[in-house]
Amino acid sequence: MTEVVLVLGVPLIGALLQALWGHRPFAAGVNVVTSLLTFLASAALTARVVSLGPLTVMHELFFVDAFNVFLVALTAFVGFTTAIFSRVYMRIEQDRGKLSAGQLRLYHSMYQLFTFTMLLALLTNNVGILWVAMEAATLATVLLVSLYRTPAGIEAAWKYFILCGVGIAQALFGTILLYLAAEKVLGAGGTALLWTHLNEVKGQLEPTVLGIAFVFLLVGFGTKVGLVPLHNWLPDAHAEGPTPISAVLSGLLLNVALYAVVRNKVLVDGALGTHVAGNLMMGFGLLSVVVAAFFLSRQKDVKRLFAYSSIEHMGIVTFAFGMGGPVASFAGLLHMTAHSLTKSAIFFAVGHAAQKTGTQVIADIRGLIQVSPAVGWGLMLGSIAILGIPPFGVFASEFLILTTAMREQPWATPILLVALGVAFAVIFSKVQAMVFGETNARRLPHPPALFPVFVHLLIVLLLGLYIPPYLAHWYRQAAAMIG
Amino acid sequence: MNISFANQMINLLAALLLLIAFAMLSQRRILRLIHLFAAQGFVLSLNTAIVAATISQPHLYFSALLTLLLKVLVLPWLLHRLIDRLNIRWDVETLVNIPTTMLVGIVLVIISFNLALPISQLAGTITRSTLGIAMASVLISFLMMITRRKAVPQVIGFLAMENGLFFAATSTTYGMPMVVELGIALDVLVGTFIFGIFFFQIRETFDSLDIHHLEKLKDRE
Repeated sequence: MTEVVLVLGVPLIGALLQALWGHRPFAAGVNVVTSLLTFLASAALTARVVSLGPLTVMHELFFVDAFNVFLVALTAFVGFTTAIFSRVYMRIEQDRGKLSAGQLRLYHSMYQLFTFTMLLALLTNNVGILWVAMEAATLATVLLVSLYRTPAGIEAAWKYFILCGVGIAQALFGTILLYLAAEKVLGAGGTALLWTHLNEVKGQLEPTVLGIAFVFLLVGFGTKVGLVPLHNWLPDAHAEGPTPISAVLSGLLLNVALYAVVRNKVLVDGALGTHVAGNLMMGFGLLSVVVAAFFLSRQKDVKRLFAYSSIEHMGIVTFAFGMGGPVASFAGLLHMTAHSLTKSAIFFAVGHAAQKTGTQVIADIRGLIQVSPAVGWGLMLGSIAILGIPPFGVFASEFLILTTAMREQPWATPILLVALGVAFAVIFSKVQAMVFGETNARRLPHPPALFPVFVHLLIVLLLGLYIPPYLAHWYRQAAAMIG
Repeated sequence: MNISFANQMINLLAALLLLIAFAMLSQRRILRLIHLFAAQGFVLSLNTAIVAATISQPHLYFSALLTLLLKVLVLPWLLHRLIDRLNIRWDVETLVNIPTTMLVGIVLVIISFNLALPISQLAGTITRSTLGIAMASVLISFLMMITRRKAVPQVIGFLAMENGLFFAATSTTYGMPMVVELGIALDVLVGTFIFGIFFFQIRETFDSLDIHHLEKLKDRE
């Protein structure tokens, strides 16, 4: 109980404090400390759930089990490391006159609020509140995408707002239909939308209604996951916002949206007793992987390049969860973890690279390794990790997903392999040109914060070499629950 | 309240709701669009109050009151202030192909009635026959968002869509649990504020509120 209150309370108080003093010089430090406290609280919560098992608190308002506690820990951790990165990154942006004090205050306050909404979405037991929190996460980030007030930034933010708003409205309709079915079994009132109650009676829910509901829920939350063809907002929002926001959007928000889909899928599977929901997810997932892979080669902007790569990886995870079964779900969870750590590390390196060269255009970034070996190697190693080269964790999860696909959905394997091959060729050649060669980069006024990059990559490397038994056990439990 | 009388009232209000949705689809003046939006909110709130009186569900009175406050008073007031500050109160939008849009709207109504049929048979509420109308008004608002070229009408379409969803919730399940309804209301309110901030940002940057300016970010070659 205390842990849940702390996990949610700390970022909320942090947001309030930053709304008052977020423009002061010490605000970035406070941001780091608040995020650290959130992370510590989530670690305590994790320890407790690992030792005592799933728990519900506060009249079943919140619910923690193996599936969401793992995402809570991941979210709080990446939130913390991104805060470390953002402290230096935003100071450089401010020194260069790109941001005013007021904009910085908005940024810090919304950063904490965004963390809060994501943790709320993960921890709540109420499917309706899950929707409210997802919408609030959009609201918290939309003004950050247009933070620089450039025409492109405003356009990206408007697109993000409208597309995600319309998308999430579909999810609300799906939630209403879910409530309609639930109310028949559980009776009207507050308990009919509680996930724990729904999960107990999922076999009795009306299949027709849940089938229609899932289509709306998948389209709605799928918009936020960035599934093709609902992905249009994603590359723009990633490219135009400040880099720490790109990192948390890619590394965290997409995961949380997918979490919402999977939670609902568990209920729909139970009610329908067929594999329809899984098939839908496999279809959307595969389409995203293929389309994103082929769009990669057209990208001129480095942040758009990695945004498309995020669409591709979310497609892989959606496909894995769609396939279902203990191995595929295990791999899906592992891939979610590895992707969000690797992708945020890449965005940290890309952010500093763009600051050094003063551009995000791939063709203008050259020879990073000469000016700053740390940034260069960070970008190179991050790209190698995300492309699924063996020692890293992404390889392990992709390997598991591919081998499961070979056994259960053989037709999909060649499609996945081709897409992964295309992505490899494109990203590797582009990154190689950015890292090596003659340089045009200059020194930064403050030493870049690259500590988080290497911490993330180290964890991903460890995940590839050796998954600690308690972590594997934890994944297995979560995978068993997802089904 | 007498059930059959209440039923007739609910059907009447639902029909009005659909009529207003069509009126919004073809309305070119921003000011009248806001009036229509407020009227839609009023119909919605009245409908909720009638349902509450018929089946004596006290929490529905509360949600009727919430609708009245938010969608008839606060949001239209905010929109009025916005168009005053932006000086676009008397703006008239050029809409092409109003007849075609209306025809598409009619097709959407037919589709939603078909889609709603299996669901509304399962709902046990006295209002279940209106689910088709709720779905139709959601889709028509969506159509309105697609056809508009200016930012403010697009946002009004967005808010009208939320009205349709709210109507769907009342007609199938007598409304969502209170916590959820409050959460949704908060999101809508905050969303409208942010849209307001956006209007100024867009105007400052592009000197106009035309969405045409916001179509440059493609995958640049």
